[in-house]
Amino acid sequence: METVKTQDVTFNDLNWKIEYDADRCTMCGSCVAVCTFGAIEVVAERRSKTVSKGHQPDPTQQHQAVPVIKQKNGAANACVGCGICEKICPNRAIHPVRNTDSRGTLVSRSGSPIKRGGRTNLNADRTLDKIVVGRISQMTDPSLDSERHTFDILAPFGRVLPATELPFQSDGSELSLTGKTPPVNWIYPVIFSDMSIGALSTRAWEAVSLATAYLNEKHHIPVRMSSGEGGMPVKLMESEYLKYTILQIASGHFGWNRIIKAMPRMKVDPAGILIKIGQGAKPGDGGLLPAAKVAEHVQAIRGVPKADLMSPPNHQGLYSIEESVQKMFLSMNAAFKFRVPVAIKCAASATSVSVYNNLLRDPYKICGGFFIDGIQGGTGAANEVSLDHTGHHVVSKMRDCYLAAVKQGRQGQIPLWAGGGLGMTGNAAADAFKMICLGANGVFIGKLLIQLCGCVGNEHGRCNSCSTGKCPTGICTQDPRLVKRLDVDKAAQNIVEYTLALDSELRKLMAPIGNSSLPVGRSDALVTTDNAVANKLGIQYVC
Amino acid sequence: MCRIGAIKSKVPFHPSEALYLMLPQQEGHDNSGFAMVMQDLAGLFAKYKDKPLLSLACTQKGAKLVEDYMEAHNFRPIFEWIPRGKRQPGLDIKALPYYIFRNYDYPEHYRNAGQAEREALLMDTRLALRKILEKDDQGYVYSFWPDVLTLKEIGDPRDIATYFNLWEKNGDLMAKNIVVQCRQNTNYDIVRYAAHPFFLQGYTLCANGENTFYTKNKEFQKSLHRGYVGFESDSQNFLYTLHYVLHELKWPIKYYKHVITPLPFEEIEHRPDKAQLTAIRQSLSHLEINGPNTIIALLPNGNMMTCCDSKKLRPVVVGGDDTTLAISSEVCGLNVILPNRDKSKDIYPNEREVVVITPELEVQRWKQ
Ligand code: SF4
Ligand code: SF4
Repeated sequence: METVKTQDVTFNDLNWKIEYDADRCTMCGSCVAVCTFGAIEVVAERRSKTVSKGHQPDPTQQHQAVPVIKQKNGAANACVGCGICEKICPNRAIHPVRNTDSRGTLVSRSGSPIKRGGRTNLNADRTLDKIVVGRISQMTDPSLDSERHTFDILAPFGRVLPATELPFQSDGSELSLTGKTPPVNWIYPVIFSDMSIGALSTRAWEAVSLATAYLNEKHHIPVRMSSGEGGMPVKLMESEYLKYTILQIASGHFGWNRIIKAMPRMKVDPAGILIKIGQGAKPGDGGLLPAAKVAEHVQAIRGVPKADLMSPPNHQGLYSIEESVQKMFLSMNAAFKFRVPVAIKCAASATSVSVYNNLLRDPYKICGGFFIDGIQGGTGAANEVSLDHTGHHVVSKMRDCYLAAVKQGRQGQIPLWAGGGLGMTGNAAADAFKMICLGANGVFIGKLLIQLCGCVGNEHGRCNSCSTGKCPTGICTQDPRLVKRLDVDKAAQNIVEYTLALDSELRKLMAPIGNSSLPVGRSDALVTTDNAVANKLGIQYVC
Repeated sequence: MCRIGAIKSKVPFHPSEALYLMLPQQEGHDNSGFAMVMQDLAGLFAKYKDKPLLSLACTQKGAKLVEDYMEAHNFRPIFEWIPRGKRQPGLDIKALPYYIFRNYDYPEHYRNAGQAEREALLMDTRLALRKILEKDDQGYVYSFWPDVLTLKEIGDPRDIATYFNLWEKNGDLMAKNIVVQCRQNTNYDIVRYAAHPFFLQGYTLCANGENTFYTKNKEFQKSLHRGYVGFESDSQNFLYTLHYVLHELKWPIKYYKHVITPLPFEEIEHRPDKAQLTAIRQSLSHLEINGPNTIIALLPNGNMMTCCDSKKLRPVVVGGDDTTLAISSEVCGLNVILPNRDKSKDIYPNEREVVVITPELEVQRWKQ
């Protein structure tokens, strides 16, 4: 008998165990072929079998070598529970099972932090599900009809001046504008959030971008998509469709040389610029695109060689909020001659209110939006310690920022956009609506979009392997064979159909509270059965 | 649902007209109060048109507090009207012991002050009195303004009128404008401050409806102006926005409707004044109202105005003759006080319309 070495990492130490039914298996080999993580293999096992071959029962015992599917040992080939083997198996012979006695967190740290993508696995609690829309129009005021009435479902992206500072001149009966006001674009209150080409496969990015264009052109839903850091294809930048895109600049400034070169040939302005300071899923952790994902086209778009691409956790030289404002002012606003609104995205943090106050009080009035990204946001690659143990919840933080503005009478001047886990249960309309009632002008969603494309990751440790270049759904990889798994048109269609449903659901939430425009800050429309939530957010407690 | 009304005339008329306008509309309602604002006074107050007139209701202690304050701040009383009604038993009225309708002379050092300074002084004085009276619940101050009288009380409007002797047309109390409401609000506690019409620095307003953007409006208005206080009713939002647009921003009146019920973005897109309308909508998005509403407002220049919510969910009608025009929630009120008017000329404003009646009784109508 072999001596057991208890330090050997075997499959029962890992997060997922494969359950395999040899009786159902026909040895087609599909599961082994499809598993991008090399977590399973075909092996021969010695089996003891009772056989009876004659006309009369004549059982004899034989030892046979039979081919079987077996999970590999070792952390390097750990099964991530993606379930693609189960999806492909024609006989339901195989599926992953969560290992409740996993020692995964102990055996995976071999000299360096665990790296993965996806989302937090520890902080998936949901405040928004404890809140309901409880102020329904009854006798005193009529509900509207979601099918018949018109609704204004639009949100500002851009710096809004207080009325006292509008350059108006009155001749007693008419007002005329005597000067310029900062650019403000009124867009759909749900932004397709910033996922770069690089983090996403080109196909997945294309699916989101196709869906955006389709929703605008065919359904007149003015959804905007943020490019993510790293730029975008030059052809697209020089096309009419640029107007649906919010260009992102993050601390690595990847892709900006190409954007700047394309500027003279741009036919239209982009919808906005989003300066990314931090990301909710991994605040303070900087960007990371592992070399495995830096394929040729990614090198071309970003203008970089094949190597690990690290965006520093901060913009170089950035040592204060004031400077970031300056930075926006000087470079981004000027680059597009003050025609394009420039907003800023920060990870939610205990300091968010101070940051927001600073922006609100900036004398140049150039910040066109404050994007707060919560701990439940997603990422293509991060250290697990950041994903699970750093960050800040977005619901109360956005509310705090809104109330800070209310205190100064500045609500609405720098539109608040919230994201990070919104729509994580698939109910983005309800999430967006509640956030809007709490003071957000709009929300941004990312993970939900790739889930519509087929991503199988979740908050319970399933998959979340976006950093490996082995994404089993072809979304988060640059491997051409894997990318083929993604049907671009179907993925785009899923996003379009989901957004159409979301749009009707928003109406179905606005109609019963009798509002034909977005109820930004209408916290009186919300109630909760959780007293702590009621106190924190200043909404009605009910029981 | 409240019923609201207003009468505007070239010749001064008696408050009983306002009661006749409102009472037919009371059918089936709880008759929980009566409130009116009179502007451009005749009768007893005619001689003191330029002297601020204080309207308040209070306890004996409250009256003393007010006197002390006014004296300490160098306001000199010059005229007072004491309503001598029939204080007979059995009247349905929650009367307070004292009603003060008193003209004051400005303090010495304000005699030569400019308009803006005087306006600020009058408002700050009213707010100070409100604060003093509020402390131990000693009374309510409604207006302190030249040529404007406010009366509000809880109870049956008929009995309130009896109590204040408003049925007797004796010529004491006369005005060219009255804005009136005969029912306390039903959505909130019955408190005097929650009763329309509301008044601020020459602007009077009453509303019939429910403003579902109350919280948004309130949170924004609180920091816009120190006079935007109380918020006992969601209809105060309309007054404060009116004051803000006309008095603070000094925008022409047509933009008021664009602030409270902005046009849908799609329509703004096709307008020649798109730039202005967009700027207004985005800068004042927290003053937009939602829900069913009709408002009637009376402005410092004597113009009377009415308009509705963006879906026309509440009724209103304007009608009259060459000398008198009235605005009313229901036409039955008009039929009582102006039975011989040309009914075919009655105006039922739509959701986009604003109707203004000038002191010369010229009717201006326009679409937003
Ligand atoms: S669940 Fe995914 S990772 Fe695990 S064996 Fe199946 S295909 Fe491989
Ligand atoms: S399916 Fe792809 S995108 Fe989704 S969690 Fe797994 S690796 Fe990430």
